[in-house]
Amino acid sequence: MNYLLRGIGVVTTVGMISLLSFSLPSPSGEARGDGGSNTLPRLTHKNWQQECASCHIAYAPAFLPKASWRRVMGGLDQHFGENASLDPVTQADILRFLEANAADAGTSRMGNRVMQGMDAKAAPLRVTETRWFVRKHDEVSRAVWSRKSVGSAANCAACHRQAEQGVFDEDTVNIPK
Amino acid sequence: MIKSLFRSSLAMLSMVSAVAMAADSPASLMAHYAATAGVPVSALSATRGETLYRTEHPGRNAQAVSCASCHTANPTQPGRTRVGKQIEPLAPAANPQRFTDAAKVEKWFRRNCTDVLQRECSAQEKGDFIAWLSQTK
Repeated sequence: MNYLLRGIGVVTTVGMISLLSFSLPSPSGEARGDGGSNTLPRLTHKNWQQECASCHIAYAPAFLPKASWRRVMGGLDQHFGENASLDPVTQADILRFLEANAADAGTSRMGNRVMQGMDAKAAPLRVTETRWFVRKHDEVSRAVWSRKSVGSAANCAACHRQAEQGVFDEDTVNIPK
Repeated sequence: MIKSLFRSSLAMLSMVSAVAMAADSPASLMAHYAATAGVPVSALSATRGETLYRTEHPGRNAQAVSCASCHTANPTQPGRTRVGKQIEPLAPAANPQRFTDAAKVEKWFRRNCTDVLQRECSAQEKGDFIAWLSQTK
């Protein structure tokens, strides 16, 4: 009887611990595998997904190096001509997540590609300014970017139909008329 | 013992439901902004709210901006951000999620008033704005 009770206790404790370790969100977001150089690791981070995706898709941390994210998050009151200011706690929380998964954090193959050919001290503010982005889009004409259905080069999801899921493979591209 | 346990769990339950019921609404926000402005709720004006929504102001690149620039002339319709992402309708009639979270409402007034008006909006203006939108069908 005593052994039985003790056994139940052990099983419950182990079960609780493993449950906890699976359900606790990691502070830096949880990378669920790296899908290669055109697919981003699936990341979950509540504030990043909620706040950054209000006006545009939540741009992946792997699109820019840490130094860029520090500049972006340090100037949210003048964010590309708009006031996107946040309370200090949320702002710091998002920056920590962006830095931990940035292009130069070594956590994704897409990030490694972004860093190729980038000056170590460079801190571009726009993803579209990176050599990686320019090279990847060199066959897209200016007229396409300015189409009403596209809006701007910042609107990834206009053509990359699975951008919100982090998928940028060429066969998922569909340029609207 | 059992009775007191029961009583305390009942008290806990009612506390939890009180928190759940504390969600904001257009009416509670109007009451809040009217009180902050020091006027009765009846002094809020839907007409002034609509004027605030539609009035154009000089923006960047000499382009006129108003709330309607992104939220469109009809706030029961979806709008579009400058980047091209869809904005869910602003009028509660078309989008019941609107004006149900005071912190969110304050965040967007702070951001968008400074973008459109180059200043923060007053409590009276915020109340007028919600008064108009909550009666827009």
